[in-house]
Amino acid sequence: MSGRDINWIALVIVVLLFVVVAVMGFLAAKWRRTGEEGLHSLDEWGLGGRGFGTWITWFLLGGDLYTAYTFVAVPAAMWATGAVSGFFAVPYTIVLYPIIFIIMSRLWSVSHRHGYVTSADFVGGRYGSRWLSLAVAVTGIVATMPYIALQLVGIKAVLTVLGLGSPDNVLLTDLPLILAFVVLAAYTYTSGLRAPAMIAVVKDLLIYLAVIVAIIYLPIKFGGWDTIFGAAQQKLGTVNQATGKPAGVFIPGTANYSAYWSLALGSAMALFMYPHSVTAVLASKARNTIRRNAAILPLYSLMLGFLALLGFAAIKAGTKPVDLDGSVNPQLVVPQLFLDHFPAWFAGIALAAIAIGALVPAAIMSIAAANMFTRNVYRDFIRPDVDPKTEAKVSKIVSLVVKVGALVFVIAMDQSTAINMQLLGGIWILQTFPAVVAGLYTRWFDRWALLAGWAAGIVFGTVSAYNVINPVTKAHFGGSVAPIPGTDFSVYIAVSAFALNLVVAAVLTLVLRALKVRTGEDLTRPTDYAADETDPKVVEIEKTQRYTQPGGPSPVA
Amino acid sequence: MSHADGSGYSPNGAASSNGSPLTRDTAIRGPARPAPYVGAGILLAAAILFPLMPQLYSFDAPRLGGMPFFYWYQLLWVPVSAALTGTAYWLVTREDRRRRAAVRAGGPPWTGEGSAEAGPGGERP
Repeated sequence: MSGRDINWIALVIVVLLFVVVAVMGFLAAKWRRTGEEGLHSLDEWGLGGRGFGTWITWFLLGGDLYTAYTFVAVPAAMWATGAVSGFFAVPYTIVLYPIIFIIMSRLWSVSHRHGYVTSADFVGGRYGSRWLSLAVAVTGIVATMPYIALQLVGIKAVLTVLGLGSPDNVLLTDLPLILAFVVLAAYTYTSGLRAPAMIAVVKDLLIYLAVIVAIIYLPIKFGGWDTIFGAAQQKLGTVNQATGKPAGVFIPGTANYSAYWSLALGSAMALFMYPHSVTAVLASKARNTIRRNAAILPLYSLMLGFLALLGFAAIKAGTKPVDLDGSVNPQLVVPQLFLDHFPAWFAGIALAAIAIGALVPAAIMSIAAANMFTRNVYRDFIRPDVDPKTEAKVSKIVSLVVKVGALVFVIAMDQSTAINMQLLGGIWILQTFPAVVAGLYTRWFDRWALLAGWAAGIVFGTVSAYNVINPVTKAHFGGSVAPIPGTDFSVYIAVSAFALNLVVAAVLTLVLRALKVRTGEDLTRPTDYAADETDPKVVEIEKTQRYTQPGGPSPVA
Repeated sequence: MSHADGSGYSPNGAASSNGSPLTRDTAIRGPARPAPYVGAGILLAAAILFPLMPQLYSFDAPRLGGMPFFYWYQLLWVPVSAALTGTAYWLVTREDRRRRAAVRAGGPPWTGEGSAEAGPGGERP
């Protein structure tokens, strides 16, 4: 069925909501503005003024972490292969919050004291090593790019089921996507982080509405959860002729336990190493904002869990996710499910929620990557004396470049390239965990040892991921789970690479210490890690010192 | 290094004499009592470890409204984990407030100027 018919009612609703959101994005520039300074600093443009309270942060982080691709990919994985690659998202987002409760308030405090905008800023200040800082920044930027590209894949899934585009005309197919992204780029440029923060509120309310209605209505329509799970069990148990194994996993058996928990744990540890997560944390107002959010963000996990089950509902419903070229594309499952079983206007709202759900994280990700480039590449390596106004200008321009890069990625390359890169990105970003998180608690590790551990983890992870062969297509990067070398204990590659990373960093630290290699200067103090919004920033303390103690230490700069 | 932030700082600059101004090493909080942190640590460890043990819940029976145990048990852990994290928050913030009050009552570290009157940041709703 190439050349779908356009569903006009749903399309009009999607376009209408998109326009509303775009207007909000531009108006956001004037939102919560303090003082006359405008958006001429990274604090204002890139962190929304560093003043978001608990609820705005809740919407912002919710919109940031639970992306359109999540909404599309998790039910798609449930539909195609079942629990291990799909439902692990639930324990993943459960264990995520205790972890960020522990580590993120310390990162907030030290960043507040020193005016850090990125996690790489902190690593640079803590270890006195701009090379380690660069490694963290480059990993962050490289891992973020395909993530942005996947948001476009999410929008594309929505546009496809709406009937836009045809297999024959590539340009026409991608035109709405390009248009949406140009508008997104424009309001991110003018409003900075305030735009996605404002839009996130609308997006999240729409998503909650769509999921709650679907999770109540669909089981009633299909004859209860019993029949839905029955259909899923039957489909996932069917033996695939190509591999001789069942098509998927309904309930993980003993052999899958290690894959299941390591995927959940590795993903949870990796998520807050991504620049866009850190950006949302540092944009919050107080030390405890993120901790309060750790207790209330799980509401999104519940929603994600039900959304995942919609993948099973689609099995029962017999949803046919057929792409433009006639092939089966699991990612169309959820958009198609809404279109098939709801009135067009409600399907329009649900599809708009997914599409807008792509815009929020895409905006935050491009801002976060741009901040990292500005602080940890441009300032540290090109112009050390850069002033805040120029920093904001550079960041704005880089955010455009990042978005164009992601767009080219999706249009020019195969969709699976973006997915493979995202898989690798998850492995890579976890390798920054020792430098960032250990640094929040101790200076024990040596900077060069951390750099070596990072490199070892990246190389090992990349090679292992390349060597995973898809059993059906025989392609490389066939999955993110592989046995630990020398054993048949299968775990998430990011986790085994992380273990190697830690061992290398620890051993080399001992070696370098024995060799008495010079350690870098630590610009932080123990008190920095507990500072709250009312505690003065370092620059403020230095000012008062200069006033009250004319004979005191002079700034060496 | 080119980080503008800490450039002019000298660690033992001004902290010596009495009535000295704020320095970077001025204590923000008084000494900690271990109990609240141990308690919060146990709650958070439970919230991390239990969902990561599929051997505890990877079964079909008992079903709840047609949903296998594996699925409803994990969904149930979402509010449970939120409650554990919320309790940890309450323990840790209460202790944090006490430690900040202790350092304010304890004498010279704060030289007035808003910081002391503004109160601990953790109290804001």
